[in-house]
Amino acid sequence: MTDKHTKMAAQFVANIPHANALGMTVSEIGEGKAVMALPYNSDFIGDPQTGVIHGGAVSALMDTCCGAAVMCHPSSPGGTATIDLRIDYMRAATPGQTLTTTAHCYHITRSVAFVRAITTDEDTTLPVATATGAFTVEGRRGV
Amino acid sequence: MTGTPPEPVQIVKQRRDAALTALVQGVPYIKWLGIEFERRGDELTAVLGYDDKLIGNPFLPALHGGVTAAFLEVTAIISFSWVMFWDEIEDGRFDAQSLVEGQLPRLPKTIDFTVDYLRSGLPRDAYARAVINRSGRRYASVHVEAWQDNRDRKYAQATGHFLMPDREV
Repeated sequence: MTDKHTKMAAQFVANIPHANALGMTVSEIGEGKAVMALPYNSDFIGDPQTGVIHGGAVSALMDTCCGAAVMCHPSSPGGTATIDLRIDYMRAATPGQTLTTTAHCYHITRSVAFVRAITTDEDTTLPVATATGAFTVEGRRGV
Repeated sequence: MTGTPPEPVQIVKQRRDAALTALVQGVPYIKWLGIEFERRGDELTAVLGYDDKLIGNPFLPALHGGVTAAFLEVTAIISFSWVMFWDEIEDGRFDAQSLVEGQLPRLPKTIDFTVDYLRSGLPRDAYARAVINRSGRRYASVHVEAWQDNRDRKYAQATGHFLMPDREV
């Protein structure tokens, strides 16, 4: 990661109140690829009997990471918003483990960016969830 | 005509509200997001109370897309569970008290969830209602719509597929 990208990564999460509230961190960002983490937090439990994190928190992580991947694509002029996001849940995330999402913006036009993402917990061999999304491509206003 | 007289309205309301409260309040993430459910008979409306932590773009400002996705998914799961448990709630088999004590029933599991973002979410309260399009023995298909100021101007909608929990009833 270049210095510019490192700075961008830190600023990215700092500028998103909801990403901050969830405790998300960026571990990698640049060239249309972003890697973000969500540490386990008992406030985000969806099934109190097992302690498994709610799918909604996984959605929030994936949506943010996909947006970051779009914004750091070399052809992106700046901002983005989600048009559509589909998430497939393969298995329950193991309680207590950090979730990590890797998102790729694999194609971008003047108006639309196409993104794929995959989320794992500490067992990286079997995904927790995958996502595919379409995002808007917007000029540099806001983030 | 003879038969059992209808139940007093307070008893019916109390039973239904206790079941709904038990179902919703047992889930920490629903509380963290600030989602509440309003009930009219068996119809549920989810209400997402505005909070600064729900913002994704502070410059617009707009609700985070992940918040919208989570709000729709919570609405889908609770509304679907509500329909699933309705008969048990009505005939008294659904024990709200044991739920309050932490013995939540198995809830449906999300297989997939597709969100269609129609407008940016404004920094104010949002509402959502779900429709169960199909509920089979193993799978269910649920559609959810969310709006803010105008019911006719949805800001997001979603369709999800759910796996029915294993239950012995």
